[in-house]
Amino acid sequence: MTGRIFSLVFGAVLLTACQRESRSFRLDPPIAASLEAVAPMPNGIGGAPPDSDAVLGHPYLTNAYNLNQGKQLYTWFNCKGCHADGGGVTGPSFLNGWWRYGPQAVSIFISIRDGRPRGMPAFGNHLTTEQLWQLAGYVRTIGAYSAMTAAPSRNDEMQSRPAENRAPAAIATPSDQWPATRYR
Amino acid sequence: MLQQDRWLAVALLLSLACESFAGPAQPVSQGASVNPATRFSSLAQIDRHNVGQLKLAFTFRTGRLGAQGSAPLLWGTKLLILSAFPHTLFALDLTRPNGTISWQLTPAANRVVDGLHCCDRIHLGPISNGNRVYIGTLDGHVIAVDPQHGQPVWDVAVADPALGETLASAPTLAQDRLIVGNAGDDFGARGWIAALDSNTGRTLWKRYSTGPDQDVGTRREFQPSRPEDSGIDLGTHSWPGTSWQHGGGSVSGWTLYDPTLQLLFHNTGPAAPWNPEPRPGNNLWTAGVFARDPRTGEARWFTGLHRHGLYGWRNGSANLILEHAWGGSARSLLIHPDADGRLYVMDRKTGELLAADSFLSEPRAQKTSSTAPIPRTNLQVRNICPAWVGAVGADAALDEATSWLYIPVSRLCMDLEDRSANYIQGTPFIGANVRVNSNSAARGELVAWNIVARKAVWRIPERLPIAADTLVTRGGVVFYGTLDGMLKAVDAHTGALLWQFKTAAALTGQPTTYEGPDGRQYIAVVAGASGPYGLAQQAWIDRRDATAARGLARVMANVDPPRDPSGTLYVFGLP
Repeated sequence: MTGRIFSLVFGAVLLTACQRESRSFRLDPPIAASLEAVAPMPNGIGGAPPDSDAVLGHPYLTNAYNLNQGKQLYTWFNCKGCHADGGGVTGPSFLNGWWRYGPQAVSIFISIRDGRPRGMPAFGNHLTTEQLWQLAGYVRTIGAYSAMTAAPSRNDEMQSRPAENRAPAAIATPSDQWPATRYR
Repeated sequence: MLQQDRWLAVALLLSLACESFAGPAQPVSQGASVNPATRFSSLAQIDRHNVGQLKLAFTFRTGRLGAQGSAPLLWGTKLLILSAFPHTLFALDLTRPNGTISWQLTPAANRVVDGLHCCDRIHLGPISNGNRVYIGTLDGHVIAVDPQHGQPVWDVAVADPALGETLASAPTLAQDRLIVGNAGDDFGARGWIAALDSNTGRTLWKRYSTGPDQDVGTRREFQPSRPEDSGIDLGTHSWPGTSWQHGGGSVSGWTLYDPTLQLLFHNTGPAAPWNPEPRPGNNLWTAGVFARDPRTGEARWFTGLHRHGLYGWRNGSANLILEHAWGGSARSLLIHPDADGRLYVMDRKTGELLAADSFLSEPRAQKTSSTAPIPRTNLQVRNICPAWVGAVGADAALDEATSWLYIPVSRLCMDLEDRSANYIQGTPFIGANVRVNSNSAARGELVAWNIVARKAVWRIPERLPIAADTLVTRGGVVFYGTLDGMLKAVDAHTGALLWQFKTAAALTGQPTTYEGPDGRQYIAVVAGASGPYGLAQQAWIDRRDATAARGLARVMANVDPPRDPSGTLYVFGLP
């Protein structure tokens, strides 16, 4: 009897654990349409996320499958050439907690979709809305302020930094970077 | 009668047009006192005996983050400096004290190129032909300026940032032409070199580094220095499919003009992408040296240095001219310090390779191609030396009297992992993860190299790679700068340190010397980070990622950030 109860509980735990990894191969059309409905602020920097994102429980920040897809897109669409593994090249770093256009996933989504004037190209024509969200979610986790429970899978490329979910962003203040301003 | 006059005028014009090329060769001077073909200055007021007394004369802060590598230019009694991007061209009046601004010019800037310039060294001018001053801009324009009042005369866009192109070098003056080439190997831009009319900015010819013979200019007068490079349309056949269209080979370095032979010499950059597997073949005409006719752009010869390049080695260091006997007969020599750590000596007339000696003490360049590590997709190859930045940190200077070459050296290695590369217009086209490291405490070195004896005379180890061009003067002094902001003067014969000065930012540009309106010799340098090493110092780079700044971030990890990140001109004189 106890064995049966145990296996029931164990099965239930297994099922909830599966929730984190759930994937849908095709988004419901109304959800796909709603994901596009970000409302940018007039200054174009950030904005309100689509309602469906909250209803679904922020799937692009908490679902490991989506994060992993985002990680693949990050390599495939040449993000590494300008941002490296989050350390930055000509594009800014994602690791240090400073976001030029704010840390919200919506801002990152708009940056990827529409581009930014100082060199960020627009990828809106290259990716579907779902892929844009997956990529934005992955980029957001590179510089997460707190440790995350969901993480993309094993890194098969050159190990260059601690894993995404283990490296909460350390906020370097400008005065750490530029002693000239510290003494001014 | 009228008819006759008209014919007379036409004949006169024709003879004038001929004159411009047949006339006596004029040295193209840079600040009138430093030869751009050798970075040798004939000024000798400051010499090895009194250089220790050099004092700061004045400073001028550009107020722009970092600097671009070109030296300031003396024009009349004005000193012209071009700031880092977004550019401002300043003219300082030297007849008034402390660098008073005479005029300044800020052309409109396309900030998209903030994301495009990464890994080439930048030298955007100004240069002058006497009555006009010319600058290149990072966002792809060439601008002619009236130096008297600072008015732009013409402004043409030559490089297209939408294709990943930028300009990294100022135009070169060849008689009445301006020779300019693009940068953008890391973005899969197709390399080209073009000639502009210096009076109007009109494009006279444009030749590419890859593609059919007509585009490359390898049809009529072309004699490759190696027989295996002769054939029809090798610029397309040595590439799979249409990959030559995104094959790199940019002309990002300084083009050299030889007025006696009337030839241009320029390097072509590495093949794109870095990962060699998607581009089987020799990948002509990337990673080599071209000689071209400045009138037509037709290639005379080509010497390939790295066929089917494996390591993304930059090819931006300047070539130098030397007239000297070689093997018993007088030769016109072209000196090419290469990223692979060898000094190539070629015949300027034919491109024949006369010598290729390793100038590195450690790590040595790979001796033969059979022992060179071969990168493979998805496989990590460790300790490839030199790293992608190349063994030459900046432009070398040649003492014309002794034929000793002063080479600023970078001693770095890299771990390279090739990945599949996707070409998406305007985004990086690399296909590699790279981590730069060094096994040595001395990551840089200044090497004095006797070209004729083919050996090093002395070496000065440096903690960091040397990324600032060198300058040698008739006074027997070599000037060079370090990434931790130290401008040093050493004895050209012995390498003994004679004088040094700490600047507020990294030195990645060219020191220069000029004779001021008061008849005294000055030394000038602009401090401020630029180029790949400068990028690794920027505030937005996070060093926890070993691949940040193309893997250079950790090389610069123990360097203090600049006291003042702005580009600052320092001028020194004798008391």
